[in-house]
Amino acid sequence: MATTTAAPARALPQVAAHAVKNPRRGWLDWVTTVDHKKIGIMYLVTAWVFFMVGGVEALLIRVQLGAPDNTFLDPQTYNELFTMHGTTMVFLFVVPMMAGFGNYIVPLMIGARDMAFPRLNALSYWLFLAGGIVFYASLLWSPPAAGWTSYAPLSDNAYLPNGGIDAWIFLIHLTGISSLLGAINFYATIANMRAPGMGWGRLPLFCWAILTFAILLILALPTIAAAVTLLLTDRHFGTHFYDASQGGSPLLWQHLFWFFGHPEVYIMILPGFGIISEVLPVFARKPIFGYKAIAGATVGIAFLSMLVWAHHMFATPTATAVLAFFMLSSMLIGIPTGIKIFNWIATLWRGQLEFKTPLYWGCGFLAFFTLGGVSGVILAIFPIDWQVTDTYFVVAHFHYVLVAGSVNAIMCGLYYWFPKMTGRYLSETLGKLSFWLAFIGFNVTFLIQHSLGLSGMPRRIYEYPDVGHWATWNLISTVGSFILGLGVLITAINVVRSVKHGAKAGPDPWRANTLEWFTTSPPPVNNFDVIPRVRSVEPMKDIRRSIERRTGADQPAETTAPAIRA
Amino acid sequence: MQRALPSARFLRRVAIVALAALAVGLAAAGPALAGALTPESGGSPNADDIAGLYKIVLALALIVLFGVEGLLLYTVIRFRSRKGMVAAQIHGNTRLEIGWTVGAAVIVVVLSIVAFAKLAAINDPPRTGANGLVPVAGGAIVASVDQPPPPGGKGLNIDVNGQQYIWRYVYPNGAFSYEEMVAPTDTTVILRIRSQDVAHSWWIPKLGGKFDAIPGYTNKTWFKIPADKAGTTFRGQCAELCGNGHANMYARVRAVTPAQFKAYLICQKGLIAQAQKATTPANRNKPVVPPPGGCRDSLS
Repeated sequence: MATTTAAPARALPQVAAHAVKNPRRGWLDWVTTVDHKKIGIMYLVTAWVFFMVGGVEALLIRVQLGAPDNTFLDPQTYNELFTMHGTTMVFLFVVPMMAGFGNYIVPLMIGARDMAFPRLNALSYWLFLAGGIVFYASLLWSPPAAGWTSYAPLSDNAYLPNGGIDAWIFLIHLTGISSLLGAINFYATIANMRAPGMGWGRLPLFCWAILTFAILLILALPTIAAAVTLLLTDRHFGTHFYDASQGGSPLLWQHLFWFFGHPEVYIMILPGFGIISEVLPVFARKPIFGYKAIAGATVGIAFLSMLVWAHHMFATPTATAVLAFFMLSSMLIGIPTGIKIFNWIATLWRGQLEFKTPLYWGCGFLAFFTLGGVSGVILAIFPIDWQVTDTYFVVAHFHYVLVAGSVNAIMCGLYYWFPKMTGRYLSETLGKLSFWLAFIGFNVTFLIQHSLGLSGMPRRIYEYPDVGHWATWNLISTVGSFILGLGVLITAINVVRSVKHGAKAGPDPWRANTLEWFTTSPPPVNNFDVIPRVRSVEPMKDIRRSIERRTGADQPAETTAPAIRA
Repeated sequence: MQRALPSARFLRRVAIVALAALAVGLAAAGPALAGALTPESGGSPNADDIAGLYKIVLALALIVLFGVEGLLLYTVIRFRSRKGMVAAQIHGNTRLEIGWTVGAAVIVVVLSIVAFAKLAAINDPPRTGANGLVPVAGGAIVASVDQPPPPGGKGLNIDVNGQQYIWRYVYPNGAFSYEEMVAPTDTTVILRIRSQDVAHSWWIPKLGGKFDAIPGYTNKTWFKIPADKAGTTFRGQCAELCGNGHANMYARVRAVTPAQFKAYLICQKGLIAQAQKATTPANRNKPVVPPPGGCRDSLS
């Protein structure tokens, strides 16, 4: 039950925003909408559905690997499954999920009434959906089986003649154009539509992250678009860009792919950094520690992320001097990332930590993204990489980055912003249960995979012999994956349940710092009737203070328990 | 509304039990894990040096990791919201921030120095040992910009050719074998790794790192198996997705004494010649796979 604690009666910022009642037309409202909030929700829901599909694919993979010499799946199906799993999670879940949060939150956070180009925004969503449909349509014929990296020459017609790779190419094109248009839109919105007084030094850190995400997308996407176009012409129109026997180069594909692929990793994690930077100060009841350092580190990471691509190619025939360059540039990323981790911990330090569900996910992020970062530094050292690349050590590493990092941040954002999007809280009890199951399931699944890799198990093998500890360790990993799956499922149930039955949340349930909380939950179509002048990084704190001063209510310490509890 | 849901106390208990189970599980797995915290090694100095480098880096990494995790754990316990608590309204601390930036930079510098200090030993092939193979006709000088030849220029070249889904090895006298390579001990063996179809990756964990076999390119690596490992077979498998048979594209390196190796080469060449003669003219151009076991059995 929602209860109100006996906090001293005091004025809360009252919001002046009014919805204009339009005749509701049901699903047509959604299909024809150009409202950034509806588009944001469509992004989030669609990406979540793909998350569930990708999760089921992951569980099938883990079932197959649960026992040595298992015959649950044949190699063809297994290769298709991990290709779809990777592609889905990268292109159809994490990136669009971040785009969904960005769409919904960025205009609200900067005090804008919509994105800069609302119709373009709708086009972005529909292209993303089209990409997903084209890709999954290949299930009816023959899905791609060359991994989400589609290395040439395996991805050439000579080896995989069926249409799966083509479906993958069209997915890259469609989601690529979608992301590119979305990125231009984010950039234009953040650059031009900030509330009066919101200089770059007062831009919320989530918006800094989305801005950087947009710039990286604009820089990286044209490369992959070119690369897959060359692949398409190689496959169907007689060119030989990647065909060594005709003077082409398979390494060209790897360079082009990773020139996009590594920035893509940061495209997937930087918005997560942004979410964490917003949530930690709210639940620590304390300003973010080192705003400038975090914003600067975000931009620094983005810059360095363009210079490290060949660390995915340490085992290829490449000159030692080149390997050394990419080792050093990769290790340099550890510095801004380390700065962020320390700044986040310092934000919690001497705070008054309100352990609501978003903070649970936030702390989970800090704890295990760090592990992924540390194993990343190990992988950057190329002689070590020679041993562990293309093994389960790498699989463990990037799941620590993308699940413990991005997915934790997504969950954190979901529990934090759900009250804004729906006007209702997600259940705290289910949220915490979901967190603990995911936390434990995740570590049981992936920690042991470091050892599997170190003991010689390559990735992307559909079966393995019963040697050493491989059978036991793989079984542990499989058990863990189901615990993790259950944890995620509970959040999905929580969402479905809370949309109708969650405790009602007011406009500013967390007593947060940024402008999206200065309007009703959910916000009206125009977001704000009046856009306030922004005087700091924490405009809502200023607004609360000024109202309290005006109404003569007790100056409440920022530290009293929030008046509203879920 | 939430009456049907488990209580907070129940949840806390679930969390504690689960965490305890995790801890007990990890502790039980400890002895089994002891050998699994480092890469495989023992078959060649480069694999040993990689494992050595890894141990140094791991130690540093664990210090950083446990430091950060400990700090985080302390923070979330110590500053949990309680009555009468006041959050300190701190916006930053330039000195502290410069401090941990420099700290992170120092760690990166230390790691780079350690890596470069160990690099030569891992990358450059050493001299063939006193008990190694005396260069036969095929003991060629290695020419590579990135990988200096062993001092004195003597090493045994073996060509490794990846194909869906088997490894083919060509020895200096023209003899060849599939899947299992026979190699002399105490001898620097230089591998020239190629592929004839899709990308593969050569990897025998105990003999060093992975080297991709990519069509149109020649990749190089080396190993030198200690004399006392004669009779050992080192196992590995293709490490780059190469199609449906990827999981079963195994590789083995069988270490034998130099004398046995010479005998093997002669035997293998003879066998192949015999087999080629036995084929009808129509089949002459097809690749011949030596009868399994033939010369291999003579080794033991």
